[in-house]
Amino acid sequence: MGNYVKLIVLGLITLFAAVAANWGRDLAYIVHAIIIMGVSAFMFVRVLRSMDKPVYATPEGYMDDVIRAGVIATGFWGVVGFLVGVVIAFQLAFPQLNFQPLEPFGNFGRLRPLHTSAVIFAFGGNALIMSTFYIVQRTCGARLWGGNLAWFVFWGYNLFIILAATGYLLGATQGKEYAEPEWYVDIWLTVVWVAFLAVFLGTIFKRQEKHIYVANWFLLSFIVTVAMLHLVNNISIPVSIWGSKSVQVFSGVQDAMVQWWYGHNAVGFFLTAGFLGMMYYFVPKQAGRPVFSYKLSIIHFWALIFLYIWAGPHHLHYTALPDWASTLGMVFSIILWMPSWGGMINGLMTLQGAWDKLRTDPIIRMMVISLAFYGMSTFEGPMMSIKAVNSLSHYTDWTIGHVHSGALGWNGMITFAALYFLTPKLWGRAQMYSMSAINWHFWLATIGIILYAASMWVTGIMEGLMWREVDANGFLVNSFADTVSAKFPMYVVRGLGGVLYLAGGVIMVWNMWMTIRGGAKVQAPVGVPAE
Amino acid sequence: MSSNDQKDIDEVTGTDTTGHAWDGIKELNSPLPRWWLWTFYITIVWGIAYTIAYPAWPLISSATSGVLGYSTRAEVASEIARFEDANAEIAAELAAADLSTLSENETLARFATSAGGAVFRNNCSQCHGSGAAGAVGYPNLLDDDWLWGGDFDNIEYTIRHGIRNEEDWDARWSEMTAYDDIFSNQEIDQVVQYVRLISGQPHDEALAAAGEGLFIDNCTACHGDDGAGNRDLGAPNLTDAIWLYGGDVESLEETVRYARFGVMPPWGERLTEAEIKAVTAYVHQLGGGE
Repeated sequence: MGNYVKLIVLGLITLFAAVAANWGRDLAYIVHAIIIMGVSAFMFVRVLRSMDKPVYATPEGYMDDVIRAGVIATGFWGVVGFLVGVVIAFQLAFPQLNFQPLEPFGNFGRLRPLHTSAVIFAFGGNALIMSTFYIVQRTCGARLWGGNLAWFVFWGYNLFIILAATGYLLGATQGKEYAEPEWYVDIWLTVVWVAFLAVFLGTIFKRQEKHIYVANWFLLSFIVTVAMLHLVNNISIPVSIWGSKSVQVFSGVQDAMVQWWYGHNAVGFFLTAGFLGMMYYFVPKQAGRPVFSYKLSIIHFWALIFLYIWAGPHHLHYTALPDWASTLGMVFSIILWMPSWGGMINGLMTLQGAWDKLRTDPIIRMMVISLAFYGMSTFEGPMMSIKAVNSLSHYTDWTIGHVHSGALGWNGMITFAALYFLTPKLWGRAQMYSMSAINWHFWLATIGIILYAASMWVTGIMEGLMWREVDANGFLVNSFADTVSAKFPMYVVRGLGGVLYLAGGVIMVWNMWMTIRGGAKVQAPVGVPAE
Repeated sequence: MSSNDQKDIDEVTGTDTTGHAWDGIKELNSPLPRWWLWTFYITIVWGIAYTIAYPAWPLISSATSGVLGYSTRAEVASEIARFEDANAEIAAELAAADLSTLSENETLARFATSAGGAVFRNNCSQCHGSGAAGAVGYPNLLDDDWLWGGDFDNIEYTIRHGIRNEEDWDARWSEMTAYDDIFSNQEIDQVVQYVRLISGQPHDEALAAAGEGLFIDNCTACHGDDGAGNRDLGAPNLTDAIWLYGGDVESLEETVRYARFGVMPPWGERLTEAEIKAVTAYVHQLGGGE
């Protein structure tokens, strides 16, 4: 019976997509309709062919196939996202790299959202989804709820990424930072996200453990809040059901406020709360030590999620935003400092009694540097939210440096550590194929981040000072083009930092590939110093 | 949190755990770090104080304005006013000044140049370049080759009204004919080679000789009998080595075929009188002022 319903639904979707491809008003919409038509037609045939197959009983044990797929997707999208980042970094240094034959698709303006979405949503999102599936099963002692629904979440989310990425290249965008995908892509993501929430909560409800582990609090807050942010920030009315363009219902400063309420909490709940959930599982597991403080985890969890949601207005200091909103955004950002650091303390102090592993275990080293960058950027963030600092830093590359020390340092490093933790376990290997390759990855990534962040600090502060420089009579000293040409050397350094980080990512994917293929070298187990 | 009486003590730290484990992960019952807690309290107290001092809490139709009476708009207005007040006297003097005698008043001249430089960097450098050296289609302001005249009055007029724009009725205006439909391909080649001849560049003798007649019949009305241009019409001098759109054969052919139509916006409404005078003086002293 279920299969008949599936066939009818898939058939209708295929038909509708075919009609949409025919009547589509713009290229992105037509291409998307064709992609959707192809996917649903494929699923239709697949369901049809399995109609007479016997139904097997639900397997016992943890559901790990979908996590294996997620691990591969995370590695793949990571390298893609870093590569696009390197390309656009050099496009800024050398505008000639906006090659004429590739216009408009290869233009910086279209590649930039491709980079941000690829690293945040494709790399980060797949990392979050796969590690959520892994952590919730292990810490609940229960198989994922909902059978193949987890597979729907994985493929559905990656379809969302494909639609978003192709949309940017073909020119479909809402023009809202980190929320660029158009209305039908947003609707699809909503469906996938509800399924994700259902799988997560379903698994929590059937848990064997009495208490819910701290990682799951963070993961639940991440899933629920991202759903809320996504829904509110994407309220828009399509111009036509046959076209990709839509019109936002908010306008002016209200639109800006909603956008940065979304944008800041995408950082807060996607890149902070979600990744703290990962940290709270992988760090104690890898270190083999108990979490430092249960009390701290409660207090900093509730303080973090209560405070973060108000901090968005600090993105709009000295704009049309009313002063009161600006003040509140700044005050909440500064009070947020300690709750953010609670996660760092709990992570680092979990290593007490295991500090010696820093010498021998490159995965622990990655976790420690990740927490260090987390601590640094959650200090830098509140500092930059102070109006006096913001009047210098806003609109400059300092912001770009801040974002990347958080993203490359905290999110990237903790994800790499999680991938190195998971890959051998999920494919039944003793350990990663090459421990020295992990070491190489660690150093390449660390030096890459330092080059990136340092060059952006220098160029950002220089740019801010040049913009505000006035002579004795109050006249501006520099033109905008002067600041652009002064930044050139730092742009090259930043690009080189990106190359190092990308090289580390490529080494990781190679190492994962060799581990999965099964050529595990026999070496001393992780954590035991070589005598 | 431990529900059983027998405490589970972690050997390394000597701290008891909460008594449960998830996938082997336990939690210590460590107290909150004191420095962490006290810093958290201090930021909260500071935050409350700050929201009392500054505009912060939204009410039904307005918001608390803070006991310091601060507003960002008032702050920027007072900063602008501070400089404007400081410059008010000299700016008024400049607005009324006769620029041709500006060099006699050293203080005023220095003020005009630094103010004019700032106006230029903010408004003019996007096209003319931050060093004023121009670009293809945007005149170089450092040399003494002027399209519409390089004395104070002409520079000021150009800045005030612009060139070939539709916003200002008094904008400077002229329009070159596009010869694509008028000349044959051969005639275009001939005129181009003639222009190469009078500008002292390598050229084809035969074509250039044939082009002279065409030039006299069609081009001299604006560019002058000798091709040296006419400032009343903004017609460039074709006999020197300075080219707005390029003096190579391809660029010249494109110019003859399709003509050119360079536009400059009017600044009379956007800049103050003193700013117009200042940027006029600035451009005049760049090198080519007459």
